[in-house]
Amino acid sequence: MIGATAPFMVSKSNHVAKAFPMTTEHPVLSTHGVSIRFGGHIAVNNVSCEFRPGILTAIVGPNGAGKTTYFNLMSGQLSPTSGTVRLYGEDVTRLGAPQRTKRGIGRAFQLTNLFPNLTVLENVRLTVQSRAGLGLNMISMWASHVELIEKAEHFLHVTALGESRHELASALSHGDKRKLEIAILLALEPDIFMFDEPTAGMSVDEVPVVLDLIHHIKAQGDKTILLVEHKMDVVRSLADRIVVLHNGYLVADGDPAEVMASPIVQEAYLGTGMAEHV
Amino acid sequence: MIKTLLSGDLPRSRLLTAMLVVVLVGLALAPFLVSGARSLNVAATICVFVVLVASYDLLLGYTGIVSFAHTMFYGIGAYGVGLALHGMGPSWWAIFVGTAGALALSLVLALVIGLFSLRVRAIFYAMITLAVASAFSVLASQLSDFTGGEDGRTFKVPEILQPGFRLFDAEILGRVVDGKLITYYLVFFSALTLFLFMLRIVNSPFGRVLQAIRENDFRAEALGYRTVVYRTLANCLGALIATLAGVLMALWLRYVGPKTMLSFEVMTDILLIVVIGGMGTVYGAVIGSALFILAQNYLQVLMAQASAAMSGVPFLANLFHPDRWLLWLGVLFVLSVYFFPTGIVGRLRTKAPARGRS
Repeated sequence: MIGATAPFMVSKSNHVAKAFPMTTEHPVLSTHGVSIRFGGHIAVNNVSCEFRPGILTAIVGPNGAGKTTYFNLMSGQLSPTSGTVRLYGEDVTRLGAPQRTKRGIGRAFQLTNLFPNLTVLENVRLTVQSRAGLGLNMISMWASHVELIEKAEHFLHVTALGESRHELASALSHGDKRKLEIAILLALEPDIFMFDEPTAGMSVDEVPVVLDLIHHIKAQGDKTILLVEHKMDVVRSLADRIVVLHNGYLVADGDPAEVMASPIVQEAYLGTGMAEHV
Repeated sequence: MIKTLLSGDLPRSRLLTAMLVVVLVGLALAPFLVSGARSLNVAATICVFVVLVASYDLLLGYTGIVSFAHTMFYGIGAYGVGLALHGMGPSWWAIFVGTAGALALSLVLALVIGLFSLRVRAIFYAMITLAVASAFSVLASQLSDFTGGEDGRTFKVPEILQPGFRLFDAEILGRVVDGKLITYYLVFFSALTLFLFMLRIVNSPFGRVLQAIRENDFRAEALGYRTVVYRTLANCLGALIATLAGVLMALWLRYVGPKTMLSFEVMTDILLIVVIGGMGTVYGAVIGSALFILAQNYLQVLMAQASAAMSGVPFLANLFHPDRWLLWLGVLFVLSVYFFPTGIVGRLRTKAPARGRS
């Protein structure tokens, strides 16, 4: 069943979007005036934005701009203080992360977030199992679900982790942990991919593996991809659109070339010592 | 066959396999290997504790839930069947009613405690369970008209389980087949079935999700697992199995009382056995229970012999005086934690190469 051309399985209409028109005109994910306050600090302030299928949106901004917090608000790890999050037109603001994952959001984390004392294969298999809805099965043997193992092995192969499948996740190098993070995201087979600095801390020769994967997802044409990234060369090579956050505000949104050239972006980056990346 | 029976979770260490076989054969043949009521009582207690401790490990070792209410569920099982037999007379129907009632009460309590408090942080959950368990223990002591108070209740079991019952006149391997023997095998095979059932649970897709939650609940949520549902289910399963362990213990002892069934000492014993055996492995419950209960029962005897042997040496004879057996049990516990921080099973498995994990 594994596709000969695509490096990983392509599944159409995976989740709840059957009745939803999958065209670039309709946003699959949108936020409407979302804000979140931590004590006196407003980390994300009244951000409204829409994300459409087939488009890779890079979310950029200096450290502390609220990019990861904004991701957390969309993927359900945090609930906004005000504003709404819509997924396929449905208000999901009050739904937790598991429900949003079931509805098609897939998230890879900035700080590696794995199951350290489970093997690499088990990490990915748990993801495949969640997707197959087998989590509550307590009668069958874990080892007897060959189809899940094969599928998990496939995602490990795609991310070049096949060799370390029986190692504990905690024993992996930093770069491999990042790759495992991406293998887990792929195994979720989401409609909306959220990458939070996927290449951070990776060695130079490992970065292309990840970028190729993102290129392949993009090439499918119907996936919505959100990417938080500091490396501007990566952003330039991948992004169809750039959204700039600064101090929790959305300060620019549009075509990469225009956004990069805009004075507000220049100022935001130059002001925090990020000029060398621009 | 064995692989399926053990749910694919083989001991993965020769020494561990040998120890498990010794315990299994020892327990299976205990009535024929040892004589005397005390030895058989130790064997039956080991059987019940294997189930009780493994069900607790389902919470602590596999899911990462710290609960102090486990003896409460154990007590509910024991009191359920004990009070039913006391009130309704010695019949199988009373055992059924008592067990079903106890299981229902345990399920409701586990569900309520779980749903109300599994969302809070681990330490608060532990405190809540401690409070509920203490309240339940006080309740069992205070409702003396119903529960027999501090004295507890003795009761009769169905005829076939009574010590005076003879299944037939002939002896098997020099032992009469009486009610006590039948009760022992009822306890043994029930414990074995429950143990294999738990081994299956922890090695099922559900069991791996529990481990994932223990490892990183935030990530488990991000994968689409509603952790509160899984935690509550694990809590209910642990509670139900502990209840059944209580039922078995009551049938064996033909007695229920707060000290034996509900006291905090039982809870500390469970905790010690989990730690000694190894958290997050049900085999740890077998090794831990066998060693701990043997030590609890025979350390005093061994020390009496050691003390007698050293009667000429004043300091040593005093040191090994049988009255100091608790001190030595404590020393053994400290040493075992020091040398086997991952428990005996954890240590044995670490030494062996990890094979066959998938």
